[in-house]
Amino acid sequence: MRRLVRLNLRTAIAFGIAGFFLGAWVGREIAAGHDYLIGTDQDDVAVFMGFLFATIGWLAGLGFFNYPVSRLLGRPAGYPVEEAKGTARYFRMSTDHKVIGIQYFFGVGAFFLIGGLNAMLIRTELLTPNEKAFPAGQYLTLVGLHGTMMIMMTSAFILGPFGNYFVPLMIGARRMAFPRIEAMTFWLTPLAGLVLMSAIAWNGFPTGWTGYAPLADQARAGMDAYIFAFMLIGISLCLNGLNLMATILTMRAPGMTWTRLPIFVWGVLSTSILMVLASPVLLAALLMGMLDRTANTGFYLASTGGSAYLYENLFWFFGHPEVYILALPGFGIVLEILPVFTRKPLWGYKLAVAGMLGVAFLSFFVWQHHLFVSGINSTLRPFYMLTTEMISVPTGIIFLNGIGTLWLAKMRYTVPMLFSLAFFFNFLIGGLSGIFLSDVPSDVTTHGSYFTMAHFHYTIMGGLVFAFFAATYYWLPKMTGLVLNEKLGKIHFWTMFVFFNLTFFPLFAAGFLDMPRRVSTYAPHLQVINDLVSSAAFCLGISMLIFVGNLIYSLVFARIPAEQNPWHSRGLEWQVPTPVPLHNFDEIPEITGDPYDYGVPGAPPVARLRPASAPARAR
Amino acid sequence: MARLSSHARRILAMWLVSTAVAIPLIIWVLGPHLPPGDMTAEASDQTSANIVLTAVCAPIVLLILVYFGYALVVFRASGGQIEDGAPIRGHAPTQTLWLVLTSATVLALAVWGSLVLVVSAHGAGGGQGPNPIDPPAGAKEALQVQVIGQQWNWTYRFPGYGAIETAHLDLPADRLVEFHVTSLDVTHSFWAYELGVKADAVPGVDNIAFVHTRKPGSFSIRCAELCGLWHGHMYQTGQVVSTAGFASWMASEQKAEALNKKYLPPYSGHYYPEPQRRAG
Repeated sequence: MRRLVRLNLRTAIAFGIAGFFLGAWVGREIAAGHDYLIGTDQDDVAVFMGFLFATIGWLAGLGFFNYPVSRLLGRPAGYPVEEAKGTARYFRMSTDHKVIGIQYFFGVGAFFLIGGLNAMLIRTELLTPNEKAFPAGQYLTLVGLHGTMMIMMTSAFILGPFGNYFVPLMIGARRMAFPRIEAMTFWLTPLAGLVLMSAIAWNGFPTGWTGYAPLADQARAGMDAYIFAFMLIGISLCLNGLNLMATILTMRAPGMTWTRLPIFVWGVLSTSILMVLASPVLLAALLMGMLDRTANTGFYLASTGGSAYLYENLFWFFGHPEVYILALPGFGIVLEILPVFTRKPLWGYKLAVAGMLGVAFLSFFVWQHHLFVSGINSTLRPFYMLTTEMISVPTGIIFLNGIGTLWLAKMRYTVPMLFSLAFFFNFLIGGLSGIFLSDVPSDVTTHGSYFTMAHFHYTIMGGLVFAFFAATYYWLPKMTGLVLNEKLGKIHFWTMFVFFNLTFFPLFAAGFLDMPRRVSTYAPHLQVINDLVSSAAFCLGISMLIFVGNLIYSLVFARIPAEQNPWHSRGLEWQVPTPVPLHNFDEIPEITGDPYDYGVPGAPPVARLRPASAPARAR
Repeated sequence: MARLSSHARRILAMWLVSTAVAIPLIIWVLGPHLPPGDMTAEASDQTSANIVLTAVCAPIVLLILVYFGYALVVFRASGGQIEDGAPIRGHAPTQTLWLVLTSATVLALAVWGSLVLVVSAHGAGGGQGPNPIDPPAGAKEALQVQVIGQQWNWTYRFPGYGAIETAHLDLPADRLVEFHVTSLDVTHSFWAYELGVKADAVPGVDNIAFVHTRKPGSFSIRCAELCGLWHGHMYQTGQVVSTAGFASWMASEQKAEALNKKYLPPYSGHYYPEPQRRAG
């Protein structure tokens, strides 16, 4: 098969489309005999079966079944031969973690831009207090697509590109623990994005990213796309977490003790724990929603003995760890970058590790703060108020690390440093506004309002997305071997920082002034705030275009080769040549020093890259 | 503790001065404008919670801003050279102090929030589910109002007045009101902004929220949980009126709604509607 057809993105799309129609036919045959499915003008069974077969076709088209099939036929196992050069390798299944990192960067980035475009359309509608630009149904679909796309894609925004690319390099490994699973976690992601966008073909879905039942039971077939896409992402997150966890636990180079582990890797490890434990719960919640819509069950329908609270609890049991899946990699990034540009050791390393693990642990005990006014057992509210407020202790530790690392520093204001510093400002506002939402009396006012919306945009966009850009400007020269333009980078930073704050800070006020989330109609006296926000949001969109322009200019036109270690970092990933060779290290290195020993007199080098040839330690 | 360095003294001074300026401004200038106002006892509790939380957050914001601002200006590399900073890995007293201070602040906030919620505000106007743990005193004599959410409007039933159904909401001033919020189709959230009430309307659930009205005025009612196409249109204006005004409003409603009454289902804490699958 592999010799007859070159399996790549083209065959994946072709097989996926063929699979969809085959599956839809199978689904219609299954559904034909069931009365309850007749009488609706759509066939959810056919849609779900179509998506299932499309997924199988997509994976087969990429060659994911070649290995298991050839093993079943008794043929020898082996990794596919990797080509070191050429862009074609980015468009097919690859088991090289560096190729997958770059696939993630551009794949997830493209969907991030689509999600951002949805936000621009939402802000266009909100220029006026009544429906003008879009009919109500289309507006809700835009809100749902924006939210779901962003949550799905930003879950892999740092762990996808930078986790996959740099964790092996930072711990001195040649690959990830499960390279084929790693490839699959990536290839499920664009498929999920495409499935989600196919909701437009079925008149969209009305539920926003939370997909609350029973509204989801009532919705039309666009809801099936939401459910299936989110399930694919749930599988991808869980597998990615397992893979990263196994890699970090088992594949560290000799000498890479837990106290020498780069702080970014600690961030990845704590995130992967959340991914593995939280995403199966999402899958369960969505699976029951799927059965409600296809098999006539009533898990979430009160009239048949079910409960809407079941979905809300399961969803937020995933949903709250999910927001730390978004935040923790950001903590890791900024604490990784600060020492490099302050030329100081990371201040309070062990405390930072404890902070991250503490956030990961506590994040499983706070989910009911999303349900303070929902009417669930009110006895539990003080408990969830306490746990939610407690999570600001480990989060506060990250700020203390920042404070300590800046103390008596010799700061260089490079673009990654600027984004890291902005992270602290944005996350401060995001975190402190969370205190209002965790306090029940205040939450009664702010819950479900634009205050909440501003809060989580400050943490996710102000935190995660700023950290993503810090990591991009910091690591992309290593990944691509090309320098990113510094001037355009600084223009991007300042426009993004200013207009991000101008966009989201006034929304706290809008929420305080009783503007509920997800409305296309609002009180006329709020138009001034909304117009200000929309104008700032459009400028924020332009700042993203500056970044895209910078990428195109630097990677396509300027093409200035990057140095091996342009930031003079001690990190192990910077000690290997640029571009990184196929197997990373000629020999497994021996870690001999701390990655953050800047300015420490007599500090040993971070690693011996050729331990076997070193005379002192003959093997 | 060792003597503070000149950096630390300067940062501390700037922080203390800015905090001393900010906190009175928050309490006396910004505070009166914070929502949701003082139309009910619960709304007052929420307003004071918002003021206290803003006042607690201010020193934290200022500490970070002052420190980062100072560090950005003072702790920078001179020129384009790469010089190493001071190799400090940590400072145990600072770390301990930080942990103690943040933990103490957080615990104090949680204890205070719980006390307000349970003891003084009796649920603070939020939906407490069918069995409230802390009903306020005099709950037995409270005015019962059922709030029914459906796509896309609110209606109200008054079990104390023959369970009539009205399309608008008027409430008497200076009276304890017991809202029973439920839904006929999907999840809504009854948000009476100036009253300080927010309670999800969930099908099959009787979600109870208490509020003690104080003075007459109008309040806006919105839906705070996405419920489909016209979510933003679930918007009404209600009135808190004098006791006499409420009695006359109720009399006129009873007259107007008398004909409709026989079509209403019997009053119940919640209604089990037919499952609505796919709008087809």
